[in-house]
Amino acid sequence: MTDINTTTISSLVAEYPFLTSFFKDNGLDVTGSENLTLVQYFAAFDSDEMEDRALDADNMIVQTEEFIRQMNAFLGKEDDVVKTVTILPGMDKSGNAEEFQELVIEQGEIISIVGPTGSGKSRLLGDIEWVAQNDTPTGRSILINGDVPDRKWRFSSADKLVAQLSQNMNFVMDLSVYEFVELHAESRMVENREEVIHRIIEQANSLAGETFSPETPITSLSGGQSRALMIADTAILSKSPIILIDEIENAGIDRKKALKLLLTQDKIVLMATHDPVLALMGDKRIVIKNGGIHKVIETTDEERTILSTLEEMDRTLLAYRTKLRQGEIITKIQTDWKEKSHA
Amino acid sequence: MNLVTVSGPPSSGKTSVILKTIDSLKKRGLKVAVAKFDCLYTDDDVLYEKAGIPVKKGLSGALCPDHYFVSNVEEITNWALKNQFDILISESAGLCNRCSPYIKGIKAVCVIDNLSGINTPKKIGPMLKTADIVVITKGDIVSQAEREVFASRVNTVNPSAMIMHINGLTGQGSFELSTLLYSEENHIDSLKGMELRFPMPAALCSYCLGETRIGESYQMGNVRKMKVDDDND
Repeated sequence: MTDINTTTISSLVAEYPFLTSFFKDNGLDVTGSENLTLVQYFAAFDSDEMEDRALDADNMIVQTEEFIRQMNAFLGKEDDVVKTVTILPGMDKSGNAEEFQELVIEQGEIISIVGPTGSGKSRLLGDIEWVAQNDTPTGRSILINGDVPDRKWRFSSADKLVAQLSQNMNFVMDLSVYEFVELHAESRMVENREEVIHRIIEQANSLAGETFSPETPITSLSGGQSRALMIADTAILSKSPIILIDEIENAGIDRKKALKLLLTQDKIVLMATHDPVLALMGDKRIVIKNGGIHKVIETTDEERTILSTLEEMDRTLLAYRTKLRQGEIITKIQTDWKEKSHA
Repeated sequence: MNLVTVSGPPSSGKTSVILKTIDSLKKRGLKVAVAKFDCLYTDDDVLYEKAGIPVKKGLSGALCPDHYFVSNVEEITNWALKNQFDILISESAGLCNRCSPYIKGIKAVCVIDNLSGINTPKKIGPMLKTADIVVITKGDIVSQAEREVFASRVNTVNPSAMIMHINGLTGQGSFELSTLLYSEENHIDSLKGMELRFPMPAALCSYCLGETRIGESYQMGNVRKMKVDDDND
């Protein structure tokens, strides 16, 4: 790495273009000082000015160096491929050992998590996010690709193992959909930004019942549209290999398509839900009881058959909802799920 | 004993984060005490007492809160040493975005919340920029994208900090924080000879001394004027 103490600002910026916005974000105006080194640049301030602007030259140089190191690591590396996540058993709240040998979750799999409120779903998700090494209250261990994972998953802010889609999809920023996704793309250092942004909005629209435009303010999106946007955004922009979903409400969004989109991006999907339609879409489901993993159930063939009946019921309900919304009189909608379940 | 300084804007969730984190520290058999600093009012000391945590409260009143903190941190540390606590956590609100109570060689945690707006990390000075650990709260009420954008903004102004997400209501993430707060190596016997990480802003104008009248003739000492001329419009 270039010696930051002896290199001029112009050469630093030429070598690391991302420093331009870094300096700006840290309130440093380097215009006219391009031929100075950072040390000389700070030396030009008198001590009152430094104090006034809350600057600390030594700290700033250390931070710049650290930022360059992180950005190089971030830009230069291949995407991390997480093929499998393995959960090794710990114990429940009463100290009983969990009754499974090991649970291997593979890329492209959907795992549902079921259990009463307060049973320990969050702790399981927490264990995965923190890549527990028998050092959390449950005593579980998490392996990545079969090995004890790199510590960076814990400590780096750019490499998060888990992206979390919460039930609440509030937006607090006052931006249009386009500006919002652009901001996210910028923070992820995406290259072909415009194309990616359009792809996300297009995907979101294909998931949402009602379409929205790039100019729509994010704060006026409906619940379904917000969820659709966040799922498309997470699938395409987030680097995290594991997606955690806390329930997807069944309104204004095609949930099956949404899960499929996440899987085509090679994610591992973990989903806490009590909705049978979602839960049965999983390949397996983890049953949590008293803080521990009580059982791991593989979705049976019978359950899959029942799932298609449930989906049909789901569609019927949606069709009635649509009629209601459009101000129509509700009349019987022709469906075949009853016949199917009798067959 | 270990001293940990926690600081952050008002209502960012400092007390909730500390309470949840102490739960985990206690489970390891560590004796934890808290020193709560505030300006005019706080009843957080009651929350700590309820949780069975020894607490000392300091209200700065008419004084600058952070100056008040530095003037008292040694006494409060001695109190904790005398009582043989394993960890003393100081909690103070960063009120003017310019001060920071962090001390060289003492673990510094800044708590900031997702709702405060994405430009906030740029606005907060040394309190955020010189922290060792930045805890981001209220992540449950914003979208994943906003969480990522906010964290990356924090990282831009403080690349060396470790950034953690904690839910102050459920405590998710607080166990993880607790593992980073105590270590034998950070043991201290006193604060003698220690230094602040960053100088606090200068004050001492006539208004510091109780002046209430407006007008140039009443302004003395460290006074500075804004440039207000038409050329700037």
